[in-house]
Amino acid sequence: MAAINTDILQIALFLALLLFLAVPLGRYMARVFSGERTFLDPVLKPLERLIYRLAGVSDGREMNWREYAATLLVFNFLGMVAVYLIQRLQGVLPFNPQHFSAVPPDLAFNTAASFMTNTNWQAYSGESTMSYFTQMAALTVQNFLSAATGIAVVVALTRGLARRSAKTIGNFWEDLTRSILWVLLPLSLLFALVLVSQGVIQNLSPYLTVTTLEGGRQTLAMGPVASQEAIKLLGTNGGGFFNANSAHPFENPTPLTNLLEMLAIFVIPAGLTITYGRMVGNHRQGTVILAAMLLLFVLALGVVYGSEHYGNPTLRALGVSGPTAMEGKEVRFGIANSSLFATVTTAASCGAVNAMHDSLTPLGGLIPMLQMMLGEVVFGGVGSGLYGMLVFVILTVFIVGLMVGRTPEYLGKKIETREMKMATLAVLIPAATILLGSGLAAATRAGTASILNPGPHGLSEILYAFASGAGNNGSAFAGLNANTPFYNIALGLAMLIGRFGVILPVLAIAGSMAAKKAVPPGPGTFQTTSLLFTGLLAAVVLIVGALTFLPALALGPVVEQLLMLAGKAF
Amino acid sequence: MPREANISNRLAASRGSFNRALLVPAIKDAFAKLDPRVQWRNPVMFVVEIGALLTTIFTLRDIVAGVRTMVALNIQLALWLWITVLFANFAEALAEGRGKAQAETLRRTRSETTAKKLCDGRVQQIPASQLRKGDIVLVEAGDIIPGDGEVIEGIASVDESAVTGESAPVIRESGGDRSAVTGGTRVLSDWIKVRITANPGETFLDRMINLVEGARRQKTPNEIALTILLIGLTIVFLLAVATLEPFALYSGAPAPVPVLIALLVCLIPTTIGGLLSAIGIAGMDRLLKRNVLAMSGRAVEAAGDVDVLLLDKTGTITLGNRMATAFIPAPGVTEEQLADAAQLASLADETPEGRSIVVLAKNKFRLRERDLGSLKASFVPFSAHTRMSGVDLEGRQIRKGAADAIEAFVREQGGSLPAEVRDTVARVAKEGGTPLVVAEGARVLGVVYLKDVIKGGIKERFAELRRMGIKTVMITGDNPLTAAAIAAEAGVDDFLAEATPETKLKLIRDYQAKGHLVAMTGDGTNDAPALAQADVGLAMNSGTQAAKEAGNMVDLDNNPTKLIEVVEIGKQLLMTRGSLTTFSIANDVAKYFAIIPALFTVTYPELGALNIMRLATPQSAILAAVIFNALIIIALVPLALKGVAYRPLGANAILRRNLVIYGLGGLVAPFIGIKLIDMLLVALRLA
Repeated sequence: MAAINTDILQIALFLALLLFLAVPLGRYMARVFSGERTFLDPVLKPLERLIYRLAGVSDGREMNWREYAATLLVFNFLGMVAVYLIQRLQGVLPFNPQHFSAVPPDLAFNTAASFMTNTNWQAYSGESTMSYFTQMAALTVQNFLSAATGIAVVVALTRGLARRSAKTIGNFWEDLTRSILWVLLPLSLLFALVLVSQGVIQNLSPYLTVTTLEGGRQTLAMGPVASQEAIKLLGTNGGGFFNANSAHPFENPTPLTNLLEMLAIFVIPAGLTITYGRMVGNHRQGTVILAAMLLLFVLALGVVYGSEHYGNPTLRALGVSGPTAMEGKEVRFGIANSSLFATVTTAASCGAVNAMHDSLTPLGGLIPMLQMMLGEVVFGGVGSGLYGMLVFVILTVFIVGLMVGRTPEYLGKKIETREMKMATLAVLIPAATILLGSGLAAATRAGTASILNPGPHGLSEILYAFASGAGNNGSAFAGLNANTPFYNIALGLAMLIGRFGVILPVLAIAGSMAAKKAVPPGPGTFQTTSLLFTGLLAAVVLIVGALTFLPALALGPVVEQLLMLAGKAF
Repeated sequence: MPREANISNRLAASRGSFNRALLVPAIKDAFAKLDPRVQWRNPVMFVVEIGALLTTIFTLRDIVAGVRTMVALNIQLALWLWITVLFANFAEALAEGRGKAQAETLRRTRSETTAKKLCDGRVQQIPASQLRKGDIVLVEAGDIIPGDGEVIEGIASVDESAVTGESAPVIRESGGDRSAVTGGTRVLSDWIKVRITANPGETFLDRMINLVEGARRQKTPNEIALTILLIGLTIVFLLAVATLEPFALYSGAPAPVPVLIALLVCLIPTTIGGLLSAIGIAGMDRLLKRNVLAMSGRAVEAAGDVDVLLLDKTGTITLGNRMATAFIPAPGVTEEQLADAAQLASLADETPEGRSIVVLAKNKFRLRERDLGSLKASFVPFSAHTRMSGVDLEGRQIRKGAADAIEAFVREQGGSLPAEVRDTVARVAKEGGTPLVVAEGARVLGVVYLKDVIKGGIKERFAELRRMGIKTVMITGDNPLTAAAIAAEAGVDDFLAEATPETKLKLIRDYQAKGHLVAMTGDGTNDAPALAQADVGLAMNSGTQAAKEAGNMVDLDNNPTKLIEVVEIGKQLLMTRGSLTTFSIANDVAKYFAIIPALFTVTYPELGALNIMRLATPQSAILAAVIFNALIIIALVPLALKGVAYRPLGANAILRRNLVIYGLGGLVAPFIGIKLIDMLLVALRLA
């Protein structure tokens, strides 16, 4: 019992710290994206101007949603091409002490799509595939750019919702640059230094071979870890330097770094809800969304923690693993911090892991999967979580708002055919990608050949992979061998569709909402700032999101859990 | 003679929501609507129809192939899927049927008439159906006006009872607000030349018929948006069920196609999908019941969104006529003397104001009406020049009129307006009344207080509207002082005084620029621009053709207060849609718990743990879910046609109420319903 109390205390502490950090950060970001003065301006303003001059991009002119979307697409596509080429050419590029050769085309495509879309699905082991140059110049750079792209989109959507009778939603280059210079870089710098102080490595040395205590020889992978680690978490990227990701002592050495890493995953997504509230001129609009995210998160965490704590009765009877499910978990972190990390990393579309999700109890593994299937809206990715949630807000307002007897309106703007079309697409596209991709994998030899475990767990592995890809999460049920041409290409496509299949409708919504007039609220208006709305939003996310996947989940983790309780494991 | 009865009465006669006469054609229509070309318009139900067809084909194939397993279940599934489609069709047909019956009665108004077309000065007899826009016809006493048009020459009294229900004949003449004539009405005296303004099939009457018949019913904007959401949900569930097959095959638990179809039909939003168009048609129908014709469904929807009501003072807020409410004598005059003089001056005055003075004097002082003839009196009528009226008898000159007019009159006779009377006049005006000064010769007797009488209950109505978040603005030609007093008394939120058509139009545009949706009523041609600009323009049927063309609704009863009811009906329409959508989606939870365990229980008996309703067998569970899904449509038809209960409350109160009933109810009801059906199926040995 005492253990549970300590665990709950730790979780409460985590949430308290999160809010403590997110609120000021959110306010700061609101200043950054509203073009107000910040304390970093003296240093960054000249740098910003220099960048624009060198790149020859921004003339300060605002873009309509089509221009914004086109610029974003071209920029991201070029980024993807660059990542692909660097991987293919890494054999002849510098900073390659282990002399890794070119990454195969299908894997290079998958990785390029993965890092450009903020998924950071890794079908490879970093320490045995990627040179330091690839890690730094291709992957870490994309860690920044993909996160900044997400922030830019949500800022553009926020402007679209806040503005009235406007044609433009901002300038992509400025939003991108300001996200990086004012938000991501300073935070990463700070965080990397803290990580180094805790023992995260940062070097370009060749791998070390050491003699272990037992006298055996072991190769220790080295590298510029801290710099990538910081943005991996802050940008909800999740692509680990090492295969073991945040379970690796060089990535996540101490309990303190574990806590800080989890906070780093959530702090920007949570902060953006505050930014949103301030930018639309009513901070409550942001806090209700934050509250809905917290509500869903606590529910999810409760299930994971409960299930992991309950463990596997068969193992319990054998007395091998204590009362709880410790398989696949770092003993350093235990049940609470592993459950918390797993919930955090899949609630946010981060995908960094400090425990092997494949080894979670079936129910404990269902939740991470479900959170990705919901569209990564519980905090979600940097930027992408909030814009995904705002799509659900629009759906909620439409379904429930009709009941008060008015054409549904959000922030005083009517939700009409075009917005519904786009919101429906934004929900439909990732869901269809997950279902069709997994269906294809389950029906073909190419798909089923990669499965490690038989029975429902194998199905869970496939579902998890496509949910992770389309949700741009990037974590994995490790049982599945994903480095095959089938999965590299299928998942690469899933990531691209899951990313831009949401971004484009969202920007279209931003464009059409910006052009609308706003009605001042009155007693006849459906309020979106009440606690009731928080509950409704969470309910719609669960019902619309979860109902879609319930049949598939029933055949995967649900039946697996029931079988486990009956004493059958896979 | 069908023309004797007016439209509103006849519409009333053709009503009765569930009478047998409507049911039979509706059932026939339900089958006719199985035609895929018709069904295609409703994507959700189209999917159900395809499902029903596939299930039927699979079942027939099994029967032919001699497969006996599951055949009993499949036959029942196919049957219930068809019934699901039929129920939805029936709902729509029933809603349309009521409109059709009403259209039929309207159509009888439009009998084939002969027109006297004028060609180069000669009269040519042609059937009215051959008239075209721009033709000029001659209509003489006893003739029926052959089409909508405008009087270009002549003056005539016209019996318009066929369209308006007003039995008193009206004058129609060229020029001004009285130049429009409606086809189907009859000239009683004199003659007029009419320029036809509408082609056959496009007349006002035709449009009315089309509307109630739903012949050219287009989906409204909100209906389209909702349909998109429903299509989205349908596609998602289609994918969820379609991909279930590979997952099931992988799991070694192949699911039979009919059962997958059953699952799909249960999950897609058939309840709202099946009732959506019925809800829309029924909304128009509810308006029609109150004798309001909406020119489009879009207008009904907009009515629900209206948050500013512009109400004409006269006729809407006040009874329309000023009434005498008090006699305020000048110093040295008794109230009775004043009353007596005022009554004498008004005896021959047939205006409502004049009548009210006579009545007030009678009530207050038992002053009997006297016959002017026997008094040897001569009536001095009101003229624009003198701005007074009155009576001359036995050397007495009694006059009543506006203060300045009377002042001029007494001054002429060597008298003057006492300061006290002047004060009284100012006070009455300030209070929103109209002071009428009475004088006899050079002596001013006092003031008659004429007052706008606010309609009973209107203040409470405005308070209701305020709670609903709707602002009321009174429009009046009065001066700001008078307007403010009446506005305060009636409890409106704002007023526009000294209103002209231009200021009215500007006011509407100002509100719209701020994002408000504005509704107004009007009847004159000068109201037309504002009626057209307003989001909801309710024209009075007694009004001019221009006003009726400009507005998007017409009130056959000519009751401007009805605008409030129109708003309520619009709100009710949207609420019904939202409530049934919520209900439909919430239903899915229970259906999952019925079907998912049943689907895979052979391979994974452990999934039986999800069978929390403890349904008897997998077959009974699936069948019960499908049957519930079909029955709930028919069970909700009355609600769809009647609309959800409406209360004039704020958004939050309404939301909480509807959430509990339709959200929570939608979660719980199917658990109970499916369990009951399951028990029944077992008892009847059907599964």
